[in-house]
Amino acid sequence: MNVFKHLAVKPWERKGIIGGLKPEGAFDSPSERVALNFFLVIASVVFSLFTVSYFIRMELPDWQPLSEPAQLWFNTALLVLSSVCFQWARNASNSEQPKNLVPAFIGGGIFAILFVAGQLMTWENLQAGGYYLTSNPANAFYYLMTGVHAVHLLGGLWVWSKCSFRLLSGAEAKNVQLSIELCTVYWHFLLVVWLVLFAVLANT
Amino acid sequence: MAYVPLADQDKEMEMHHPHSWVEQYVWSQDHKVIAIQYGSIAVFTGLVGLTLSVLFRLQLGFPESVDFIDPNFYYQAVTQHGMIMVVYFLTALFLGGFGNYMIPLMCGARDMVFPFMNMLSVWTFLLSVIILMASFFVGGGPTGAGWTLYPPQTAMAGTPGHDMGIVLMLISLAVFIVATTMGGLNYAVTVLQYRCRGLTMMRLPLTVWGIFTATILALFAFPALLVAAIMMLFDTLLGTSFFMPAVIEAGAPLDHNGGSPLLFQHLFWFFGHPEVYIVALPAFGLVSDVLSTHARKNIFGYRMMVWAIVAIGGLSFIVWAHHMYVSGMHPYFGFFFATTTLIIAVPTAMKVYNWVLTLWEGDIRLNAPMYFAIGFIFTFIHGGLTGLFLGNVVIDLPLSDTYFVIAHFHMVMGVSPILVLFAAIYHWYPLMSGRMFHEGLAKLHFWLTFLGAYAIYLPMHYLGFLGVPRRYYVLGETDFIPTSAQDLNSAITIAAVFVAVAQLLFFFNVIWSLKYGKKSEKNPWGSASLEWQTPDMPPKHGNWAEDLPTVYRWPYDYSVPGAHEDFIPQNTPESVEPTVDEQHFDPDHDQSKADI
Repeated sequence: MNVFKHLAVKPWERKGIIGGLKPEGAFDSPSERVALNFFLVIASVVFSLFTVSYFIRMELPDWQPLSEPAQLWFNTALLVLSSVCFQWARNASNSEQPKNLVPAFIGGGIFAILFVAGQLMTWENLQAGGYYLTSNPANAFYYLMTGVHAVHLLGGLWVWSKCSFRLLSGAEAKNVQLSIELCTVYWHFLLVVWLVLFAVLANT
Repeated sequence: MAYVPLADQDKEMEMHHPHSWVEQYVWSQDHKVIAIQYGSIAVFTGLVGLTLSVLFRLQLGFPESVDFIDPNFYYQAVTQHGMIMVVYFLTALFLGGFGNYMIPLMCGARDMVFPFMNMLSVWTFLLSVIILMASFFVGGGPTGAGWTLYPPQTAMAGTPGHDMGIVLMLISLAVFIVATTMGGLNYAVTVLQYRCRGLTMMRLPLTVWGIFTATILALFAFPALLVAAIMMLFDTLLGTSFFMPAVIEAGAPLDHNGGSPLLFQHLFWFFGHPEVYIVALPAFGLVSDVLSTHARKNIFGYRMMVWAIVAIGGLSFIVWAHHMYVSGMHPYFGFFFATTTLIIAVPTAMKVYNWVLTLWEGDIRLNAPMYFAIGFIFTFIHGGLTGLFLGNVVIDLPLSDTYFVIAHFHMVMGVSPILVLFAAIYHWYPLMSGRMFHEGLAKLHFWLTFLGAYAIYLPMHYLGFLGVPRRYYVLGETDFIPTSAQDLNSAITIAAVFVAVAQLLFFFNVIWSLKYGKKSEKNPWGSASLEWQTPDMPPKHGNWAEDLPTVYRWPYDYSVPGAHEDFIPQNTPESVEPTVDEQHFDPDHDQSKADI
């Protein structure tokens, strides 16, 4: 869609039907996909603002850097595996005779659950080591940003559980294809967000 | 369940048909019912905000006569009035109310793209209002930190509502943002994907352009408020120090240390300034359509109007720090934000010129909606011009925190959008109700509101020049403010009470006309846009008959030379366009010369 070209049109000069059944300028995607893309931009704004706030707050003198737990590397691997499984499921759902669709899709969600559990374990370990939420702003940001990321993942897991239930109830692949695709896009997005957050947390 | 074909897509849309009264009017998924629900909740909340303003105006006008208003209540009333009017009233009414009603009808769609999520949106909005109202009933009452909720004042013991009040305000805002996001996704995707056949983006009425762009702003600006609210909730409830600096209160240090109040200000205004345009852009769109219809003339410079809406939307994200000139920012930052602020006046001024030029040589029908629309042009010019003063750093510094600021933003984003709301409600009332309102009462309502608003806000500019500070419970005696300033304050209060009471005319008119108003003929204003072309008035569930409309032209074909009537609906094909004999056509009365 060439936005500038559309905006330059003189509508009072053009009469008659313009475009086909789909209105001119509409995206050639299902509405759910368009809505998800909007949501991903909104979520990106949220995480960007947390990150900007993190860098601004870091400049103040009471900041004491937190050495991130090594377990985060393991958790990151779990989230990567989760994304890989979702992509596997997406590819399977696109094929004529889907193979291993259900185990791949269910496996993607289970790895994500393990990731969230792993994040909770890092919280417990930090608490046990005396790194409380209120003891330093760096700690507070760690709990806040990992928490907000986990909440987004839990929202995705709710959709995943609904789709899994349909798959386990015998729904055909073509009927859940869009849900699987949207889950996969969302999971890839949250993986990228986590990698950025992890890089920010680990390097400051 | 029934399946209704959707013309703009080659699949079928599943319509949710109600089976009971509860499903039809309470848990409804019909965008029109949801619009009325959104509007009713917003208006109720707005009435609470209006009542609070009358109460604190009584305190300011007659400080020794209203013993029941103590300083705490005064600050609570001022704070809640501001937040309610900006967020829960204007934003909700423009986007949730008019957005819901207008978008599917003007796009030729049966409903929003996600009706269930649309229903969730309105009930989540109600939940946010309930949480907000609950703060009036908790210990300590609602927060009185000012509508900008600046830390550390929000958490200081001397601020009313520093414990549960601020917590409920922040939770309510977070819930409101969830509701707005669910609604906003619907509005944006519906405009992009569910337009009917032939309806290009550049054939959309400016109402849709305004609401669509404001929705995009809301979707990307409200996250800043959400982030700020979450971090402040952490500071308030969990004892973190994101925003809270080291503070000594009553001789003892608080638990917080090192936080940045300025960070909160940046986040708040990164939301706060686009918020001005989240309110203004839908108003710009609605008033354009009202002016064009009642002037029987195409909107002047349609493309320019669209470009201006988009440009204002983009620029609104890079002007936020002009609200923070007094925070001690680097002079270069001040220069940058003053420059962007003044640049935003260019597309805004283009719109004003185009509204005036739309009226130029128009066949103006001075109906009640037109009164309000023309009144808007006056108040918006006044509010906009004072914005140019405040956009400059050197002028803003002495005027900051004075009544001049109050006068400016009330004229530009209080009175102006509210006049458009009245114009729009009167204009689309026949479509929504099937009946006409009482024209005389509506015009009386206009004059009382319009002149009353000037009686309130014009003197406030003068008080601001005198240096009268805002947010003071009692003015007291100073060396630089003459005692007569209090007389002016009293006069303003009398005018405010007068205007508030005058709104009863509007509510009486709207409610009385529902039953006793004259039955409206179809398309009573002779409007060319699609929402008036539905087979039923008011439109039924699903809006259209078996087939969705097809659009052949833009929505401003008024007084077209050679046409039989002075408007041609958007869904009229060229082949059946009624024309008069060309010999009888007088080119001297060609009303469409203003095409640009």
